[in-house]
Amino acid sequence: MSERAQVPFEFFCCIELRQMLGLKAETEKELAGLIKQVSLDSIYYHTYGLLLRHRYRAGAFSNDFATWVAVQVGDRVLGERLAVLDPLSFDTLVDLRDEIVSVIDSHLKSIVVVPRVAYGEPFHFIQSRIVAVPAGMTAQTLQEFRQAVSEVDDRTLYYHTLEARVRLKHGRNDFAAWLRDGLNLPTLAARIGALDPFTGGLERVRTQMLAYCDQVLIQGRDL
Amino acid sequence: MNAARLDDYREVTSKGTMCFLRSLAERVRGRRFLHVNSTSQGGGVAEILHRLVPLMADLGVDARWETIKGDPAFFSVTKAFHNALQGQEALITKDMLEAYIETNRQNASNLSLEGDLVLIHDPQPAPLINHRPPEGKWVWRCHIDLSHPQRQAWRHLRKYVAKYDGAVFSLPKFAQRLAIPQFLIYPSIDPLSDKNRELSKAELNGILDRLAIPRDKPILLQVSRFDRFKDPIGVIDAYRLVKKHNECRLILAGGGAEDDPEGGAVLGQVREKAGFDPDIHILELPPDAHLEINALQRAATIVVQKSLREGFGLTVAEAMWKGKPVVGGAAGGITVQVIDDVTGYTVHSVEGAAFRIRHLLNNPDLIARMGEAGREYVRHEFLITRHLTDYLTMLLVLTA
Repeated sequence: MSERAQVPFEFFCCIELRQMLGLKAETEKELAGLIKQVSLDSIYYHTYGLLLRHRYRAGAFSNDFATWVAVQVGDRVLGERLAVLDPLSFDTLVDLRDEIVSVIDSHLKSIVVVPRVAYGEPFHFIQSRIVAVPAGMTAQTLQEFRQAVSEVDDRTLYYHTLEARVRLKHGRNDFAAWLRDGLNLPTLAARIGALDPFTGGLERVRTQMLAYCDQVLIQGRDL
Repeated sequence: MNAARLDDYREVTSKGTMCFLRSLAERVRGRRFLHVNSTSQGGGVAEILHRLVPLMADLGVDARWETIKGDPAFFSVTKAFHNALQGQEALITKDMLEAYIETNRQNASNLSLEGDLVLIHDPQPAPLINHRPPEGKWVWRCHIDLSHPQRQAWRHLRKYVAKYDGAVFSLPKFAQRLAIPQFLIYPSIDPLSDKNRELSKAELNGILDRLAIPRDKPILLQVSRFDRFKDPIGVIDAYRLVKKHNECRLILAGGGAEDDPEGGAVLGQVREKAGFDPDIHILELPPDAHLEINALQRAATIVVQKSLREGFGLTVAEAMWKGKPVVGGAAGGITVQVIDDVTGYTVHSVEGAAFRIRHLLNNPDLIARMGEAGREYVRHEFLITRHLTDYLTMLLVLTA
């Protein structure tokens, strides 16, 4: 464990500029067809992007496709099948898209009438562009890192855990990478890298990160 | 009201938003952001620009606001255009279109249209795009419900919109088939304006006394124009269903109907429907009755917005900001603002509205819980500081 990293960790905050694609689905078949067509940025917005929204607007399920079929179409079965998909278990957004389409297609093969939205709203496809700016905080020690994590906006947690990993293609959680390379804390880094925001939200990630950091600070060594 | 400064919002917005705004502002400092609309007074667009433009300037953006001028004939054309774009029947002749184009041409020669980002609000000044300077990005900001436009009106407007570098709509359902990027930005309320600021008990009681509103029973309130799409008759029907079981008052508060023949007819029907029920209060308020609306929303137990058709319906956010649960029609932006079972209920019928109102009246704890959730949700999604963040982000992205 190093007391002080040579390169400080710079925290960034982010916001999404949402762009509507002018495409909408009213049946599950149309939904599958459009999911195949739209940009990967749109797949990202409707899956990962959920965590950037206020928890009230994020919907009942873990991605927009699941929420729409369950709530607007009223097809709870497909909603549940889509909800269980874990975006982080796919290497690429292409793989995630293929799996979503595959789940919808196989569901449609098992039923006679294609479910459609009757009284609810159609599914509108959106994509987002993430803009990041410095959050005004840096850390060189674990103590400083812990302090910053306790204070930053949840959009900062999002940026360093998901945006960095998926769209910026760092292939890893920024926090974990810095803890491992900068402070030589491989176990703490692994624990933080394994935290799953989809199961408890970003606030839970924050709480767990703080708890792990506290353990290391108390013990004076890696976990 | 003094020019707005970001620090004024420190108490009402999150620390994260304040930090983010300052950091974002560093990246766009000195860039020129021009807003153009058709009026400096009256209406939601002018109301928000009066606050947004000084806030942008406070953050170091070279922000300006221009308004186009026109004679009454021009504004009667744009009114017809506005109605047609929102799906109402309106006759638009060739002469009217020519007046629309000509007035914009005259304005273009009188206005300074330079900017790194020029945001043209609503259809009235849309043809200014034909006179854009060689530099800068131009974006059309649509504040109206464009989900079912009359085809002729949209075909004409589309010719201009297609020339912009982008368009901004308030809801996904308002987006159109266009080759340019279409951004989604929700409108917002200003928590420090007269319509939304905190009121002292004395102020509140004074206003309610002036409006002759007793505070002896739970109050159901709908604030809206007397317009069929706002379904005031349906609200009275719902109130009557509730009244069979729960004591309450109903207040229907809206703008005067002098300049709107259909509004006058609807108001007449509302009065007839209300009959001599002493617990129904029909208030015709002038357009600048911001404090009165503020007081009514604060006095309400439940706010109703039972629209059949709606643009965004910011009265919902206003009510939630004051900690009130909202029972709203499942229309337009109400579905974005009301989170079912959390901040209120969306309903599809008179019976649905009555059922939800009764449920709330019988569960005061739920009213308090939903009110609190609504305020938190508005703080995150519908305050002017979020709106400012979106515009600065657009400035950064489009003028990079």
